[in-house]
Amino acid sequence: MNILKTYKIYIGGQFPRTESGRFYAVKDQDGKAIANVCLSSKKDIRNAVQAARKAFGSWSERSAFNRGQILYRMAEMLEGRKAQFVEELMQQGQSLEHSKIEIESCIERIVYYAGWCDKYQQILSSVNPVNSSHFNFSVAEPTGVVGVLAEQSSGLIGLVSQLMPVIAGGNSAVLIASEQLPLCAITFAEVLETSDLPAGVVNILTGSAIEMLPTLAEHMDVNALFLSNAGKGLTTEAQLLAVDNVKRVVVKDEDWTKESNQGIRYISSFQEIKTTWHPIEQIGGATSSY
Amino acid sequence: MKTEDTNKWEYAPSLEGTKHIQLKEKYDLFIDGKWVKPNADRYFASINPANEEKLADIAWASESDVDLAVKAARRAYVDVWSKMKASDRAKYIFRIARLMQERAREFAVIETLDGGKPIRESRDIDVPLACNHFFYYAGWADKLQDAFPNRSVESLGVAGQIIPWNFPLLMAAWKIAPALAAGNTVVLKPAETTSLTALKLAEIIEESGLPPGVVNIVTGHGDTGAAIVNHPDIDKIAFTGSTAVGKLIQKATAGTRKKVSLELGGKSANIVLEDAPMDQAVEGIVNGIFFNQGHVCCAGSRLYVQESVADELVRKLKQRMQSLYVGNPLDKNTDIGAINSKEQLETIEKYVQIGIKEGAEMFQVECEVPTKGFYCRPTIFTNVAQSSVIAQEEIFGPVLTIQTFRTIDEVIQKANNSPYGLAAGVWTDKGSRIFNLTSKLRAGVVWANTYNKFDPASPFGGYKESGFGREGGLHGLEAYLK
Repeated sequence: MNILKTYKIYIGGQFPRTESGRFYAVKDQDGKAIANVCLSSKKDIRNAVQAARKAFGSWSERSAFNRGQILYRMAEMLEGRKAQFVEELMQQGQSLEHSKIEIESCIERIVYYAGWCDKYQQILSSVNPVNSSHFNFSVAEPTGVVGVLAEQSSGLIGLVSQLMPVIAGGNSAVLIASEQLPLCAITFAEVLETSDLPAGVVNILTGSAIEMLPTLAEHMDVNALFLSNAGKGLTTEAQLLAVDNVKRVVVKDEDWTKESNQGIRYISSFQEIKTTWHPIEQIGGATSSY
Repeated sequence: MKTEDTNKWEYAPSLEGTKHIQLKEKYDLFIDGKWVKPNADRYFASINPANEEKLADIAWASESDVDLAVKAARRAYVDVWSKMKASDRAKYIFRIARLMQERAREFAVIETLDGGKPIRESRDIDVPLACNHFFYYAGWADKLQDAFPNRSVESLGVAGQIIPWNFPLLMAAWKIAPALAAGNTVVLKPAETTSLTALKLAEIIEESGLPPGVVNIVTGHGDTGAAIVNHPDIDKIAFTGSTAVGKLIQKATAGTRKKVSLELGGKSANIVLEDAPMDQAVEGIVNGIFFNQGHVCCAGSRLYVQESVADELVRKLKQRMQSLYVGNPLDKNTDIGAINSKEQLETIEKYVQIGIKEGAEMFQVECEVPTKGFYCRPTIFTNVAQSSVIAQEEIFGPVLTIQTFRTIDEVIQKANNSPYGLAAGVWTDKGSRIFNLTSKLRAGVVWANTYNKFDPASPFGGYKESGFGREGGLHGLEAYLK
């Protein structure tokens, strides 16, 4: 007899059930229930934001090299558990071939962003030739806590494509998984948990996007939102709720299966440019000639 | 401690002449390369805040005027500007920069008359920076692909731009120059109290032969701005101003295709550590909060001083404040000119009263100020709590709050404990300490051992509720490209 997996949510490096005690059944194509999944609540969102905020400082200040190592470790962990993800995607109605391709793309995307961790800074930064005796330079710094509404039409590739540029850039994230295809999201949380990713950097909730997104969008401790194909109504609602603390709302209605939809632009969307000035002493007449 | 015994130097007045400037009695709207009367035939007065005398009547654009301007900008975008060779676009922008330089003194005097800022600042800072901004971005026009390799660069279309009254000409330059360089056309609205230099800029634009409709200047009040924000044929909104209005704009553009950049308010921390060169720090504090009467979004309005040097620093600061000249902005000796408007003066005075009520200790220089016009003495508050209204909210005037701290960790937390994140200052002699602080302060501009420095090549803009997007430098182009 098979042991059925209990799908829980992922907050602050732990796997609690939703505090609300609610659940919903995920069904396969024939309408047969395949798993019970947490129907997370607004309170779960708030707990997740708290965990993400707590994790942000140390994650953003980790060396870029170290962040790259951890992301690469995720790819390794995912590689080792490919079969499980393929099975879950198939359970949710995808063909074997498509499921395999999706997992391969996910692994490649994670490796791709692992490589970016210590490189985007040099591309986004600048030394600025100001017209006075100052040394002036601009660097990219993470925006903060990012609320991610994962692409609802895919089980994993959307989630990975949205999440990786956010955390590669030193942000922490609260992610709402695909409501209809949530299984891989929670199994992916297990991959994260075994990749030395510090607790709270990524938090993953399952449930109703319509119910949870407004709480995330209006939360005063969330700095940015990342939406993908959420539909005009929900997107506009989130944009309106985001105003109270001037959140950056990034809407990318992309087809995430395409390789062209990866790149530094997804990292820079969640970066702030900081410019620093310092005087350069000018005393004598000596120059740098000779 | 005695501060009164500081010898006050006497200066003979040294007034900048105003005879050489040319101002019309009445200004219409600059739409499609022509001066047109507002449809509703409404005008409002622009006054000199230094003496409350009227300078000119300014057209008040209504929705239908804004619509005309947007249509002109769209036509100019489709027919001319988006088709023009990039290097020719550059030449027009260079030409505007040169024409501004030629009339720099006239701009400076008008800026001072209309806005109340000291002539020393408008002459040496605002106007040269504005000219340089055009000069800087002109050169980018035909190098956009080099700025953003591996990506196709495309202009957005028509940009609606709304600017504040604290640096009227400079803000117009910050908005127009990158927009044009990136290939967009513009509808710009100056602030209602300071329209004149933008209108003088329109004269220069006319003179430059820039194709009609590429830049349109529509003057007016908040309703004019709202008409721009809500116009369906605008592709981009760029706004500099208060966080409250910025939020209204973010709300109004939700669900639209408009790309938005916001440069909003601040409550920037200026941090003095015990090893800082004290006299330089005092100069930096004065420049941080009293520059432009404190009407500066990035003003260093929250001073944090390490406890061990706090008494000495506050004493030196008070002494230095005694030698600040408050008065006629046209006088070249003046350090602090007129508050921009009666309304703003009342806001500042309201905050000063709140500070007193909250139990903070106020110190004001006891200098004479002109009886006509809007003036505010330089003001500092000590014994301020982190939670005080005057330490949390943007006052936008020459009012400084002073708090003390013991450890670096403490001051980082206090400095970051604000919904704003525009700028910060750090004063210390130790390099490693500078970088510890500058990397942990959540602000878009950090000045170390200096303050309130600006440059066209230097990106400017905030974290958190101070807005998003950058102006200046390569990063400033991004806001005007797809």
